[in-house]
Amino acid sequence: MLYRETGQFKTSYAADQAIFPIFQDRIFLFALIAFAYLAVPLLASEYMLQAVLIPMMIFSIAALGLNILTGYAGQLSLGTGAFMAMGAYSAYKLTTGFPELNIIVVFVLSGVAAALVGIVFGLPSLRIKGFYLAVATLAAQFFLVWMFNRVPWWYNYHSSGTITAPPREFAGIMLTGPTATAETRYLLVLSFCIVGGLIAKNLVRSRIGRHWMAIRDMDIAAEIIGIRLLPNKLLAFAISSFYCGVAGALLLFSYLGSAETEAFDIFVSFDVLFMIIIGGLGSILGAYLGAAFIWLLPIFLTNAPQLVGLSMPVDLQKHLEVMIFGSLIIVFLIFEPAGLARLWQIGKEKLRRWPFPY
Amino acid sequence: MEFLESVTITPFVQIAADFPVFFGEVVFNGLLTGVLYSLVALGFVLIFKASGVFNFAQGAMVLFAALTLVGLIELGLPVWLGFIITVGAMVALAYLVELLVLRHLINQPDIILFMSTIGLTFFLEGFGETLWGSNVKKLDIGVPDVPLDIAGMLVNSFDLIAALACALLVAGLAFFFQYTPTGRALRAVADDHQAALAVGIPLKKIWIIVWSVAGIVALVAGIVWGAKSGVQFSLSLIALKALPVLILGGFTSVPGAIVGGLIIGVGEKIAEVYWGPAVGGAIENWFAYVLALAFLFVRPQGLFGERIIERV
Repeated sequence: MLYRETGQFKTSYAADQAIFPIFQDRIFLFALIAFAYLAVPLLASEYMLQAVLIPMMIFSIAALGLNILTGYAGQLSLGTGAFMAMGAYSAYKLTTGFPELNIIVVFVLSGVAAALVGIVFGLPSLRIKGFYLAVATLAAQFFLVWMFNRVPWWYNYHSSGTITAPPREFAGIMLTGPTATAETRYLLVLSFCIVGGLIAKNLVRSRIGRHWMAIRDMDIAAEIIGIRLLPNKLLAFAISSFYCGVAGALLLFSYLGSAETEAFDIFVSFDVLFMIIIGGLGSILGAYLGAAFIWLLPIFLTNAPQLVGLSMPVDLQKHLEVMIFGSLIIVFLIFEPAGLARLWQIGKEKLRRWPFPY
Repeated sequence: MEFLESVTITPFVQIAADFPVFFGEVVFNGLLTGVLYSLVALGFVLIFKASGVFNFAQGAMVLFAALTLVGLIELGLPVWLGFIITVGAMVALAYLVELLVLRHLINQPDIILFMSTIGLTFFLEGFGETLWGSNVKKLDIGVPDVPLDIAGMLVNSFDLIAALACALLVAGLAFFFQYTPTGRALRAVADDHQAALAVGIPLKKIWIIVWSVAGIVALVAGIVWGAKSGVQFSLSLIALKALPVLILGGFTSVPGAIVGGLIIGVGEKIAEVYWGPAVGGAIENWFAYVLALAFLFVRPQGLFGERIIERV
């Protein structure tokens, strides 16, 4: 009834190529963005912003990056945590080395640093694929994390070995550091989240994105029809690592405040991989949905026993949580291996015919 | 080249010549660690060959098996009874995994199966620790642990016995695969699922057997490792160490898993001793991966892996 595309004619090529060709989709999206920018900072509590929304959106940026690499270009990677660490540590080094450098520029540059490292660790993808490649990217994970632990230059020779986000302002507003309010940090992360999504969406609709998908579906065939594997695979690694690097920098500056390498260990890589698989491989929307699901599920599981009035020892609850998380993942994979994005699509199809399905 | 040689080769030759006993001890220690890596990698290879599932839960199975055994012994059961019950538990686990997970994921892409085994990892870790608690437990199976003097080298009798037990297990598995009807059926499934089905081999039963065998291998690895350094959460992390072993040996090769495990075990111990101090130590964590990565550039299919042939 409400969601109909009947009568919406496309009269130009530009209209035909729009990201959201359906009028209702555009309305919904703009409403959502307006809500996120205007209503959420006013309504949400400090806890909601700080512990739920900010990390959720940061991880959705990382999930976007991994989805480009794994979902679109078909290169399985388990090194996400390391690329995020690269972003975080290089942002820290940049902003402590050049304090007057604009913090937004620092974030972008740290993404570039992560991209360069991504290219180096992407080189094996030219020889190997599948699980062999996944294990090869684990080399990045362990090597980089070890390096940030062992080379004191990275954490400015602090005795504790932690890196702390210094206060930085942009246009007179405190964006990072302990004095920045949760609202400003939320808005900063939200902006990165939206811009990142927009760029990713356009990338995968472009020539480059089509190359990636051809490589994902069968790289030999792609090579035969004239797609050069070397630049395209490395580009996928670079762009994916760029996203992960920016996400890592934001994780340090906007969420954690101060961090050690444990914040970027292998389990972060797994979590992000879960996000894109639960969300839907090869779907930009899926990256957001998956990040929301994987981030909210443990929070829900932690709070669920109190809600129903159960009380149990903390460590028992922790173990039960891990157990339920694992089994829910399996159940989800069995019932909807194509992910939340697919459910969303099915819902939209249903809505189109509502209330007169045939 | 000369610089590379002076960094990579000369120190070993020199120290091997100057302190043969010390060198021998490092190599021997490495071999023992390598045997354990081989065991875990063997579990991976068995399942990968028979079902094409990259079973990330192998490490969690090691932890789960060790936790169950320790828990049973703490309840007052004798070691042999505990062992038998744990074997039963691993077989039951294999059955349940087939029934509840694998059966429903037939024909899904590899990555979905892989992720489901990561889910299984979380489940097993949580389940094991819910049942038996998460504090570090001592596993004492009554094997003497006294230092022996072999040709000037100090060797723990426990390590020696453990290595022998592992070697026996591997030999037993090799015999099982080579000469029993079930073993032949397993190899047939590994070669070609459809052809195996066509000659009447029940695929589901084979999967249960393979997962059970992997579970028992995990139990042995868990016992050896747990008796050395206590049964705790970090046991499940040795799965991560088995991955470079797989790359080196090839995902589909049983001898590859064994040889690869030994190479990685010795390599990382030697590297730690000779290069570790120069770069800040603890390079054990990543050395195996970098070694495997360097190796992949030369042979993408691993030492003994089947040659990768691609067709459009």
